[in-house]
Amino acid sequence: MKQFARHLALLAAVSLTLGACSSVPLDEQKAAPIDNRAAAGDASPSAQAAPEPAARSAIAPVQATSSATTGLPAALSDPSSPVFRKIVYFDFDSFEIREEFRGLIQAHANFLQTNKQLRVALQGHTDERGTREYNLALGQKRAEAVRKALVTLGVADSQLEAVSLGEEKPMNQGTDEAAYAQNRRAELVYQQ
Amino acid sequence: MRSGNSLAEQSKVQHDVNFIRHVSAHPMKDHASALQARFSSTRRSLIAKFSRASFGFSCLTVFSESLQAQQRVDVSGVAQSLLPVSVASFAADQRARVDVAGVVHSDLGRSGLFNMIDSGVVLADTGPVPAELRGKGIDMLVSGSVSRLADGRFDVRYRLSDLVKQRAVFQRSMVVHPDDLRVAGHRIADEVYEALTGEQGIFSTRIAYVSKQATRYVLQIADWDAENPQLALSSAEPIISPRWSPDGTKLAYVSFESKKPVVYVHNLANGERIAVANFRGSNSAPAWAPDGQQLAVSLTLDGMSQIYLVSARGGSPRRLTSSNSIDTEPVFSPDGRAVYFTSDRAGSPQIYQVSSQGGEARRVTFGSPYSTSARLSPDGKLLAYITRREGRYLVAVRDLASGNDTLVSDSGREEAPSFSPNGKWVMYASRRGGRDALFAASVDGKVRQQLASLAGEMREPAWGPMPLK
Repeated sequence: MKQFARHLALLAAVSLTLGACSSVPLDEQKAAPIDNRAAAGDASPSAQAAPEPAARSAIAPVQATSSATTGLPAALSDPSSPVFRKIVYFDFDSFEIREEFRGLIQAHANFLQTNKQLRVALQGHTDERGTREYNLALGQKRAEAVRKALVTLGVADSQLEAVSLGEEKPMNQGTDEAAYAQNRRAELVYQQ
Repeated sequence: MRSGNSLAEQSKVQHDVNFIRHVSAHPMKDHASALQARFSSTRRSLIAKFSRASFGFSCLTVFSESLQAQQRVDVSGVAQSLLPVSVASFAADQRARVDVAGVVHSDLGRSGLFNMIDSGVVLADTGPVPAELRGKGIDMLVSGSVSRLADGRFDVRYRLSDLVKQRAVFQRSMVVHPDDLRVAGHRIADEVYEALTGEQGIFSTRIAYVSKQATRYVLQIADWDAENPQLALSSAEPIISPRWSPDGTKLAYVSFESKKPVVYVHNLANGERIAVANFRGSNSAPAWAPDGQQLAVSLTLDGMSQIYLVSARGGSPRRLTSSNSIDTEPVFSPDGRAVYFTSDRAGSPQIYQVSSQGGEARRVTFGSPYSTSARLSPDGKLLAYITRREGRYLVAVRDLASGNDTLVSDSGREEAPSFSPNGKWVMYASRRGGRDALFAASVDGKVRQQLASLAGEMREPAWGPMPLK
């Protein structure tokens, strides 16, 4: 057991070193761009000004939202707006839009026709069962179903792009049916 | 490197491998049993704890060359006797930071073809072989030395001795940079493997795989055994489907860094990338044509996933399949004449074959409601794919001539099969306990092992080509 403990201790030391060594990129400039979106919660410079006791200067409120919605119409982030909800869920092995989501689709169709400058990515997803590339194609079918529904309701195709994220970005990491149901979806992601 | 402690560890570990193999294989020869009997029950139970914990403690195997040999290699019910081989500890300069003999031992052991016996000695490449080694039941012995030259490089000298015929099979040497000692070990293992089996070894090959680390995804290039990973790409978004160019200089892959799947061709030496397929919708499933000049990809230009051909430099795609269904996961036959792919045109995903010039597609898989992820062996004779049987996703290897399937995996959550460049092994990803790990199995299903690393979750393996000589 002593030798086992010694192995573990040495391993811990070595793994720290190895971890540092193996993270050197071959050519960092050419690597994928680091996600440029400000992390949620990043404060603007004015909010980070040195604290002055009893300062009377105005504090600028910081909206901790992802940059994707900054500059987009307020309705999209207004919980009372019909375009606040942006996710359509699907049954297992199905690519049909359920009746309960028809209203949501209609609301976004109206919104897009009123805001012809806006573009939206329709991101299709699957649960994790099965292999990745086929799931990518299945996710595309879900995105495509939403795209077709919007076009049928009069939205210009040029405002839409149906893409798939397959099983890669689950909403719920669980492996039970309830989690899977949350992952089978298409999301409307409005673009800057 | 050659302290007494290290030898003792290696000796202990050698017996670990024998013990694990004994559990799953046909009764071993007498000498193996004799070696085993030397251990106290305490140590044997400790070994048992190691083997049971090997899945959870996969990181243990990375620590040193001696522990590496403790990697569990499952060799199932084989009646044939395995050739007894030993790798003596090399007479090595203390400044050599890699245990070259340990790399050779690990590689040969992992092949599952040899009965690895501990020599218990340090032995250089010159001079007589101690007589008592024959008494340990060793037939073939690797010995060598690692000396440091004045310019800092290392002179690695090695010999393969046939103890039965009492002659040297070969005696060679190579001079390497200190950073390439591991490479030297793999080269020696290849040469020994080739001398003993007549087949080309894969120990000098590399693999690519994707690892998820906290919130980032990394594409790593590593030795065939997943050791020594080097970062090729780091991203905040997923990376899938890495594929080696035939000459081994580039990787094609799908990156989601722009929040949609885009196919890149990435030059490994200088990190330069071209987005060869970034069309409207989703771009995925890259597959290299054997001439390395074009790729087959799955695009959604008309809404549904269909297969197109595109130049490796990017440009206008040429459509290959036309169906009102999903067509994806193309892969070229080695002669470039045919493309196998996944299609659900019959109502469920199955594997089809079509001429690379286009035309009628022929269905290849039947009998399972779900078959995807086709790969061809380098000689074109075997087809590996993922098939679902009773809800479990398994790796199957089909002999295309006979149509017989061999199931080489059994965890039930398998994906992404990839042939070794000598066609003898299939690497794949397996999800166990919610985490992805890499496994390698011989194509006949008889030898199976997990590849471990400190990288955490490992998925999407792609086995690289033979290195250019």
